[in-house]
Amino acid sequence: MSGIVVLASEGDTWSPPSLGEFFPPAIFFEGTPFEMNRIHLIAMLMTGLLSLFFVMAFRNPQVVPRGVQNVGEVALDLVRTYIVDEILGVEGRKYTAYLTTLFFLILSFNVTGIIPFVNMPVSATIGFPVFLALTSYVAFNWAGIKAQGIGGYLSSNLFIPGVPKVMYILLTPIEFLSTFILRPITLALRLMVNMLAGHLMLVLFFSAAWYFIFFPNSPLQPILGIGVFGAGFAFTLFESLIIVIQAYIFTLLTAVYIAGATAEHH
Amino acid sequence: MDPVNLAEVTGSVAAIGYGLAAIGPGVGIGIVVGKAIEGMARQPEMTGVLRTNMFLGIAFTEALALIGVGLGFVWQG
Repeated sequence: MSGIVVLASEGDTWSPPSLGEFFPPAIFFEGTPFEMNRIHLIAMLMTGLLSLFFVMAFRNPQVVPRGVQNVGEVALDLVRTYIVDEILGVEGRKYTAYLTTLFFLILSFNVTGIIPFVNMPVSATIGFPVFLALTSYVAFNWAGIKAQGIGGYLSSNLFIPGVPKVMYILLTPIEFLSTFILRPITLALRLMVNMLAGHLMLVLFFSAAWYFIFFPNSPLQPILGIGVFGAGFAFTLFESLIIVIQAYIFTLLTAVYIAGATAEHH
Repeated sequence: MDPVNLAEVTGSVAAIGYGLAAIGPGVGIGIVVGKAIEGMARQPEMTGVLRTNMFLGIAFTEALALIGVGLGFVWQG
């Protein structure tokens, strides 16, 4: 909320939200390579909370789950049923741990976007999605090389069976580009831009509502401001849907890439 | 002779551009979801598979719209 308040309280002139939203001033270690701002702090906090949750849930697992372990098991089961079993099948369950981590890390990085007084999705800054996409890149390449050997993996991905040999001149570069270069880039960009756009929309609604209610130019504007605030609230609900869907899509695509890499024929 | 402006656009050209760019993905996602729902209505037992593939299709289709959002900031001018 602080970013929104600063933006709107500058006075009578309203300026639309810009990319400056995502580069807040440093708060710790300014001027050093370890410079930290609000977003890094939120990321660390959310990672800590997530680790704490899963450690609490599975520190001393019982056959009959009680308390936090119930919630943790539901969380694991969610990813295993709807992503792992659906895409990778039962033999792909060894990836459950990685995919669960990915899903809940992205979810907790996204959900900070709608938590009041935090209001900043960590995944809207490019560094975090890029790193997550890199782990996904390593995971599916490693899975493919392990399943088929490096030669088999490359040939099954680059030389699609069942097409005339001449077509490989055209197809191999396209396949290489789409599999080994565009996949991690689109994974990272999809998550990042989705959260960025959602955050900008929320800032737009709430800063406009603030401006209309507290700096009105005509008596009708406060009423309009309340309407805009309502729209912002509705968009927050929509954003909470997007948050879950983006975490799901990132994990789903990683699972699909792993499945495609381990399958014998492309 | 002075050049004559036949049509002039003022204001945010990027916003107009993004509006145009959003048409394609919008129609695309509509088709993806519509077809998936059609399939679910015809064969309810396939709902799980269809839903998963629907989200995959949405993910690929909306990438174009999202690139549009990003580029608006890159070339802010």
